[in-house]
Amino acid sequence: MREEIIVSGRNNPLIDPQLHIWHWEIPLYLFLGGLAAGVLFFAALYTIRGRENDYPTAVKIAPFVAPIALTLGLIALFLDLHHKLYFWRLYTTIKFDSPMSWGAWTLMLVTPLSMLWCALHIKEIFPKWDWKFDIIKDVLAFFEKNKIVLAWIMLISSAVLGIYTGILFSAFNARPLWNTSILGPLFLASGLSAGSAITIWLSKNHAEKKRFAQLDLMIIGVELFLIIHMFMGFLASTQVQIEAANLFLGGAYTAPFWIFVVILGMIVPAILEILELRKFKIPVVIPVVLVLFGSLMLRFIIAYAGQASRWLY
Amino acid sequence: MRYAMAIDTKKCVGCSDCVVACQTENDVPIGYCRDWVVEVMDGTYPQLEMEIRSERCNHCENSPCVRCCPTGASHYNEGGIVLVEENKCIGCSACITSCPYDARFVHPEGYVDKCTFCLHRVKKGMQPACVAVCPTKCMYFGDLDDPRSEVSMILKKRKWKTLIPEAGTKPHLYFLI
Amino acid sequence: MIFFTESSIRPKYENEYHMNSRRQFLKISSLSAAGLIFGGGLLDAFANNLVKTNPSHFKGPFDFTRTPTYCEVCFWKCAGWVYKDENGRIKKIIGNNDDPNCNGRFCPRGTGGVGMYNDEDRLKTPLIRTEERGKQTFREASWDEAFDYIAKKLSKVKEEYGPESLALFSHGSGGKYFGKVLKAMGSNNIAAPSYAQCRGPREVAFIATYGQGINSPENTDIRDTKCLVLIGSHLGENMHNGQVQEMSDAIDKGATIITVDPRFSTVASKSKFWLPIKPSTDMALLLTWMNVIINEELYDKKYVQKYCYGFKQLKEHVQQYTPEWAYGVTTLKPQQIRETARAMANAAPAVIVHPGRHVTWYGDDTQRLRAVAILNALLGSWGRRGGYYNPEKASVPHYEIPKFPKPNKTWREALGGKYNLADLALASGLCDASMPTHELGHKIKAWIVNGTNLINTLPNQANTLKAIQELDLIAVVDTMPMEITGYADVVLPECTYLERYDSLRVSQGREPSIALRMPAVEPKYNTKPAYWMARELAKKLDLLDYFPFENLEDEIDWELQQVGTSLEEMQRIGVKRIKREYDDLYFAKDEDIEFNTNTGKIELYSTSLADEGFEPMPVFVQHPEPQEGFYRLIYGRAPMHTFSRTANNPNLTDLMDENTLWVNPKVAKEWDLKNNQEVYLENQDGIISDFAIKVRVTERIRFDSVYMVHGFGHTDKRMKRCFGKGISDTQLISNVMTDPIMGGTGMRGNFVTFRFDNKKEA
Repeated sequence: MREEIIVSGRNNPLIDPQLHIWHWEIPLYLFLGGLAAGVLFFAALYTIRGRENDYPTAVKIAPFVAPIALTLGLIALFLDLHHKLYFWRLYTTIKFDSPMSWGAWTLMLVTPLSMLWCALHIKEIFPKWDWKFDIIKDVLAFFEKNKIVLAWIMLISSAVLGIYTGILFSAFNARPLWNTSILGPLFLASGLSAGSAITIWLSKNHAEKKRFAQLDLMIIGVELFLIIHMFMGFLASTQVQIEAANLFLGGAYTAPFWIFVVILGMIVPAILEILELRKFKIPVVIPVVLVLFGSLMLRFIIAYAGQASRWLY
Repeated sequence: MRYAMAIDTKKCVGCSDCVVACQTENDVPIGYCRDWVVEVMDGTYPQLEMEIRSERCNHCENSPCVRCCPTGASHYNEGGIVLVEENKCIGCSACITSCPYDARFVHPEGYVDKCTFCLHRVKKGMQPACVAVCPTKCMYFGDLDDPRSEVSMILKKRKWKTLIPEAGTKPHLYFLI
Repeated sequence: MIFFTESSIRPKYENEYHMNSRRQFLKISSLSAAGLIFGGGLLDAFANNLVKTNPSHFKGPFDFTRTPTYCEVCFWKCAGWVYKDENGRIKKIIGNNDDPNCNGRFCPRGTGGVGMYNDEDRLKTPLIRTEERGKQTFREASWDEAFDYIAKKLSKVKEEYGPESLALFSHGSGGKYFGKVLKAMGSNNIAAPSYAQCRGPREVAFIATYGQGINSPENTDIRDTKCLVLIGSHLGENMHNGQVQEMSDAIDKGATIITVDPRFSTVASKSKFWLPIKPSTDMALLLTWMNVIINEELYDKKYVQKYCYGFKQLKEHVQQYTPEWAYGVTTLKPQQIRETARAMANAAPAVIVHPGRHVTWYGDDTQRLRAVAILNALLGSWGRRGGYYNPEKASVPHYEIPKFPKPNKTWREALGGKYNLADLALASGLCDASMPTHELGHKIKAWIVNGTNLINTLPNQANTLKAIQELDLIAVVDTMPMEITGYADVVLPECTYLERYDSLRVSQGREPSIALRMPAVEPKYNTKPAYWMARELAKKLDLLDYFPFENLEDEIDWELQQVGTSLEEMQRIGVKRIKREYDDLYFAKDEDIEFNTNTGKIELYSTSLADEGFEPMPVFVQHPEPQEGFYRLIYGRAPMHTFSRTANNPNLTDLMDENTLWVNPKVAKEWDLKNNQEVYLENQDGIISDFAIKVRVTERIRFDSVYMVHGFGHTDKRMKRCFGKGISDTQLISNVMTDPIMGGTGMRGNFVTFRFDNKKEA
């Protein structure tokens, strides 16, 4: 028998008996950030490829979700801080080794960018909108002329936003569950999937819907592939990684992960979308909500289970 | 100058004096601790073995907490001691999640706190509070770069180990076994 | 600071003096308006003002931030320094480098002593038991009222039953002062539970063998020993500072440690040999070791020939105790027994068979400690380097006070003239003498209890409670609302050791030393030092002649002047080491020594025991074993607590706030117990524990026993941090095996079984 116990009564709040320092705020922000990244990515992508008019929802309407999601996400992040009054310290320095620093600055870039993009397309939602001040109209005209450049910037920064959340986790090798480089692409894919789902939902254009359903199917395929390889990687790795993987293969998080994230969040919507493409009538809201739900649950479960996985004791 | 601490597990009796002394010296609030004592027992009665360790922040040379801090609050200070600057800390807890030794915690005042190797005492030529109080004198502290310091000499004499060396953190807390 | 004037604003309560109903255990403190001030935040504001040390305490140029003291958390009395911050609040306590008891390093309890001061559950004001509308409760009283009450009662009891019916139970510095009061009244019934409940048997055993007791701190030369044999000592969990420090030095020097313990204790994990002995059979092992050492001629022949009496009788006596026989009794392999005996002899004379400290186990404890003493003598360790040194104590003259009247009857007569060999009074004996059914001698009718929680200290709780009901007076002096205060007529709140002066610490050691205790801060709430209390009480009893000094610090200063120093110097240095008067730390080679025994030699065959009709040499006696489904209850210490004294200390409860029950995995499997599962315990007499305890399934304990740390399971709700946490082993110790030689109360003969509820069968 092996007994390994702390005899001095350590009971640091949020640390003992099991690390639980990040609560709902972080996974919620990761989901919203991923969603915004997905939406903006497609908006930028199709702008660059000149298909604005083929996919008007993706380029002009869906991006309105982004600033709302990002603002809510930022509020959630702020609420998570324990030393709130000092939050501005994030912006007094940039640390290239710290994914969180990357994230802070990327957010600082993407949020205004998304608002700018929405400002450019405000007439799609509010046809009678008038900017009133000339300076605003001039600035917007400038960006409208250089839209491609703007789109490139948004493409790259939204990709960074989507992937950095996964890299943030994978940089913490102290939590064996997160110590895999698959997490970055997985989160990016999940964000893109959420973005396409939103577009499908908001779109009234049948061709666009079909295109994005196909895209979403591809992305779900990629996600499933990544998940399988993530587990293969864990099980072939060190003892702590095997134990981390076992959290999902018989451990406490098995049911939530496979049911909510994989089955309900990926496989079922995929089947529904295939059926949709085969001309069965499926209310579009079902697969969309399932995809969004799965994306959110993925973040929650990975965040919580990651804090349960550990090296010591 | 690289400060390090060595703890003789053969002499440690697990009395936890180091925990209380740290608490009174550094005004650590009741309910929190910067260091703790672990007992590891192996075997079946009566073939038994036990190791007792007093653990704390390892002040790693390649510390993940310094690396991941977005504001630079976690930083390397004199002698490689890892410190948290309260006024720069935003309480994002990334460092807490990144520490494989679970050495950090959130102070009730909002910033992140942990063992500081009592730098305020070390600067005055004194030893950290835990080392100074230990009744079995099983703790050694000093400069690894000085070959004649207590800690360098004892590491040359005895077998030692560090915790989870495979995590790649290059810890400065050595356990004599 | 008196908040009540001499003419108290309270009406007199007549039924205080004629309490017909039994004493109820008062769990909840009843607070009046004034009490709210003391108990609530308002007084905290007062306390802040009081925190800056009164400069009048200092005799010379003073350092506000650092004052000397000696610790009162346990009985090692390490001397140290109390540091305060710039606001005058106590910040930390560290050791005094000049103190031989601690060498500048305090143990966790001493370091955590700040918690004793900061504990908001402390007693805050004097309380008197009263009856209000048929219900018993405490009311707050002024000091004057409280002393009036006690003085009147004491005088009444003395008049009615004689001064021999007054008793003092003490386990703290205040005992000295209350002891003076009692002695001045003509009573010598002054007992500490540390005798018959703890180290008594070893004192009597060593006095019978060497003519000298062990006392405290033990004169074991651990730092120079080559072999340390711990039989019934768990150094390291038992945090006797100097001993643990020296053991660490010994480990550094490569000393061999032999631990005999049914449990894999901390020190067992550091031992070369761990003998997992069957509980209650230690005597067999000791006698067998003697057999091996004598028969293999490993004993110190010159030493035995020169200094010992009775070797021939001993040799003949131990022939029957062979290792093969011992195997059957102790379950220790004969090879192991021989190996360890040889290891001891190899290291001789630098070998210590440690006498232990809490040795009241099975009722034959004096004899078992005799075996330990004899073994040491055979190995020649007494008086030799690495064995036992000859301690010296400084002699500090006392200010002359009138002689105490000779008591008409002593505590021995109260117990029917038994226990002639006991050198100190028995706390349990005095308790027994207070019982309604006591017939051996005169009865005890009044108790003053200072700093000892008798409810958790004396085994057989039912007995103690019955005794208390019979008393005419029980006055309790304490810092915390321990269980005993719930049964008191009068509760006097003492301030902690950090807030008062006390008599000089004059302790024995390799080098004599004296240490000063002075207050670091003013007393919190309405608490007072015991000296002041005793003196005020003496005033009421017209015994002020015995307390010539109004302030204790003046008496201390006088005493210090007699030995060539002063209060001013001691305030600066804290500890003064004094050169030994005689250079007799160890025996000189071939020195002729006369021991303080009947024969003038070390008595392997004890003539004093034989004279009293006891076995002159230890004999093995089989002790009862648990029946099926029951397990022997073994208890011990944790290094971060001092029994129940620290159970509510905020710093120390942070480390450990409850005890756990160590259960062997085989037993756990049988009972389907999981780690951290809560169980209740029932003992062989049907007593069920008040609270539940968490199970710790561990290989470190034998399958026939369970182990827990002593000092938990508190029933007093006023102590918020420790109420209801863990189990009180004292509650389950109802079977007391009394030592016929000196009255020690053996407590290890109790067996428990598991229960999953604590409902008593109707």
